[in-house]
Amino acid sequence: MSARFEPITGRYMHLDLFGRPHRVYVEEAGEGTPLLCLHTAGSDGRQYRGLMNDARVTEKHRVIAFDMPWHGKSSPPSGWHDEEYQLTSAQYTTMVLEVSAALGLDKPILIGCSIGGRIALHLALEHPERFRAIIGLQAGAHVDPYYDLNFLHRADVHGGEVCGAIVSGLVGPDAPDKERWETLWHYMQGGPGVFKGDLYFYKLDGDIRGRVAQIDTRRCPLFLLSGEYDYSCTPEETLAVASSIPGCEVTIMKGLGHFPMSEDPQAFLSHLLPVLAKIAGS
Amino acid sequence: MIETLQQRVNDDQGLVRRGRYLTTRFLLEVGNTPWLIAIFEGRIVSVTQGPFVMPSSSFALRASEQEWQKFWSRRPPPGSNDLMALIKRRALKAEGDLQIFMSHLRYFKEALAKLREGAGR
Repeated sequence: MSARFEPITGRYMHLDLFGRPHRVYVEEAGEGTPLLCLHTAGSDGRQYRGLMNDARVTEKHRVIAFDMPWHGKSSPPSGWHDEEYQLTSAQYTTMVLEVSAALGLDKPILIGCSIGGRIALHLALEHPERFRAIIGLQAGAHVDPYYDLNFLHRADVHGGEVCGAIVSGLVGPDAPDKERWETLWHYMQGGPGVFKGDLYFYKLDGDIRGRVAQIDTRRCPLFLLSGEYDYSCTPEETLAVASSIPGCEVTIMKGLGHFPMSEDPQAFLSHLLPVLAKIAGS
Repeated sequence: MIETLQQRVNDDQGLVRRGRYLTTRFLLEVGNTPWLIAIFEGRIVSVTQGPFVMPSSSFALRASEQEWQKFWSRRPPPGSNDLMALIKRRALKAEGDLQIFMSHLRYFKEALAKLREGAGR
């Protein structure tokens, strides 16, 4: 069998974030309208491999995913070994805007899942002029902690094992095994305390319930897509957000879970392509 | 049905291998019926139905019969497909020394899913 290369290329970008130098891994594929992709908590940009490998997306879009600092192939900043990682709304907002600016993206479409979907709501509210359209996957305004988050980072529980096991049921029942376990593998590879640190934003700091209704979709179109089997951000929670925002379009994706783009790329694309076509036509 | 757990788990070599450092006894409550399940190095050595006078266990998983039935159905509906989904809905209570449960979370999820319709061998 001969070797085959995917059309994805990756680079390391050096930039200052929050006043500190960072080394951030960025990968991309395709040409056209920039589509900036945000991964879920405790994972990395590989979740978007399905989009980057699908010509229906890449023939009209430059698909870009970066690994957040501490995630995937991006490093934590120097000095990390004495710190506790905690993601805040302010840091996350800054990171997305700075990375987008550093890449020279002109009003990209933003797509984010889970914590990425949450920050998408923050950005739709606070920086709508920076984006052509915003797509929130598994985006809710708030999630209450439903287990003791300390189990995600303690020396007597293997971090990779527990992070993978915590999220395994969030994958929908119809996901192909290959993609299901690829998705879980990313979780198993996360650094100590990183998933937990992301959940600080998701479950504590990033609560946007009080402000979500102020999002103005005339300034930036907003699309929300959520998987039926997601019990972290349930369809009901997404529908509640959507119903509070005039002009917001919502899709509940049958059979899918919390990681639609990664757990079942083909099923997800059947929902995403009409959204991208609509954005292109507007 | 619960008693079939022993063979269903022990027949899965991968599951037993992943549990090779797990030796414990936990309590599974299905409505009002308690079961004590003893595990030695990943293999289930006994499944005993209560009632018990003084059951000794490292932790307990408690849910109504109706909730377990949904969890064990062939294609559980959203919210019933995973132990964490039940916990999120407050339909399942996990109590006791949860370090054992959480450090072997994949094992316990997969072991209990063995009782699902169509999952048997």
